[in-house]
Amino acid sequence: MYAQMVESTGKGVRSLEDMDGQERTFQEKINTGVRIEPKDWMPDGYRKTLIRQISQHAHSEIVGQLPEANWISRAPTLQRKAILLAKVQDEAGHGLYLYCAAETLGVSRDEMTAQLLSGKAKYSSIFNYPTLTWADVGAIGWLVDGAAIMNQVPLQRCSYGPYGRAMVRVCKEESFHQRQGFDIMRVLCEGTPEQKSMAQDALNRWWWPSIMMFGPSDEQSVHSAQSMAWGIKLSSNDELRQKFVDQTVPQAEYLGLTVPDGDLEWDESRGSYNFGEIDWDEFFQVISGNGPCNKERMAARTKAWDDGAWFRDGLQAFSERQAVQAIAAE
Amino acid sequence: MTEWPLWEIFIRGQHGMSHRHVGSLHAPDAEIAINNARDVYTRRNEGVSIWVMKSSDIVASSPDQKGPLFDPAQSKTYRHPTFFEIPEEIGKM
Repeated sequence: MYAQMVESTGKGVRSLEDMDGQERTFQEKINTGVRIEPKDWMPDGYRKTLIRQISQHAHSEIVGQLPEANWISRAPTLQRKAILLAKVQDEAGHGLYLYCAAETLGVSRDEMTAQLLSGKAKYSSIFNYPTLTWADVGAIGWLVDGAAIMNQVPLQRCSYGPYGRAMVRVCKEESFHQRQGFDIMRVLCEGTPEQKSMAQDALNRWWWPSIMMFGPSDEQSVHSAQSMAWGIKLSSNDELRQKFVDQTVPQAEYLGLTVPDGDLEWDESRGSYNFGEIDWDEFFQVISGNGPCNKERMAARTKAWDDGAWFRDGLQAFSERQAVQAIAAE
Repeated sequence: MTEWPLWEIFIRGQHGMSHRHVGSLHAPDAEIAINNARDVYTRRNEGVSIWVMKSSDIVASSPDQKGPLFDPAQSKTYRHPTFFEIPEEIGKM
């Protein structure tokens, strides 16, 4: 998902009986749905895994601004431009809520920024694909934000208080994102044949990367069991992926678009769609830095950080001077 | 360059309500903290007033103090109106 390959540091899931005092109290809280708060005792592995998960999630929000920002200056109408600006601004906000949640675990903002820019920290594979046409902005809102909602709604109930509360705010705003994307697709599909084929082309390119967003299949998700026991992962990757496919295929049908999967078929017995094999090789290539836009995305983030240095320093110097003057005036 | 300090943000949602903690953010000073809070936490009319406070100025109780601080109230059920039996003839009180 937005945090796709979070390595858990726990060494296998321990049973309650094997735990001693503090750890046992901690696990019992989680089992009974009591939230863990920043000052509560927690195992090191829980803290480290959460820092990785939340910071990856935050980095994804921040890097996720880039593909869409590409179209702010080229939006087809002033209204679309205003909407897209608001959406991209929301993504920045989501990143900030999440960074603050991670900071409650003892990591600093600067450390997280450094980890992103050095390439040490990951972010979602989906943002390493290019936005070639305006329809891509529609496809991202509809599919990528749609997939994000699937993952984030359960996370509102996650065991760590600050993360869950950040998710509540994020989810409220994601709904706007998905609808604005679907609206772009709908208008294109109701337009000229050329516009409709633009929408189809965007679906063709974004479908597979979108369903890869949920991360490796359950058999390959080695860290899932511990994260589930800790209540920081609430549904399995394959479960969420299936839910997303089941929700999205009828929407594509409504639009009159074809999902680019020859194996896609309704399975009456399961009450779900069967779908084709995912190209995991592509997923692992993209997540490890070899996607179409990885280098471009990191270059843009590094440039933004470097170009903003004079401004950050200026504000800091100004506030220091104000503080000195305030003391002098007393 | 040192990192900007962290501020805790409190928003009054509507007139007549108290300010509630909504989250935190980094800013070099209080004025910019308020400006940033406007952008981060009130993009959809969530507030009519903002308080900001340096996180380092907050003094919090520790989870270990939970017992000594809050347990004494547990046995004092007579502090609640439902503790008292009111004869039916009296009606609402």
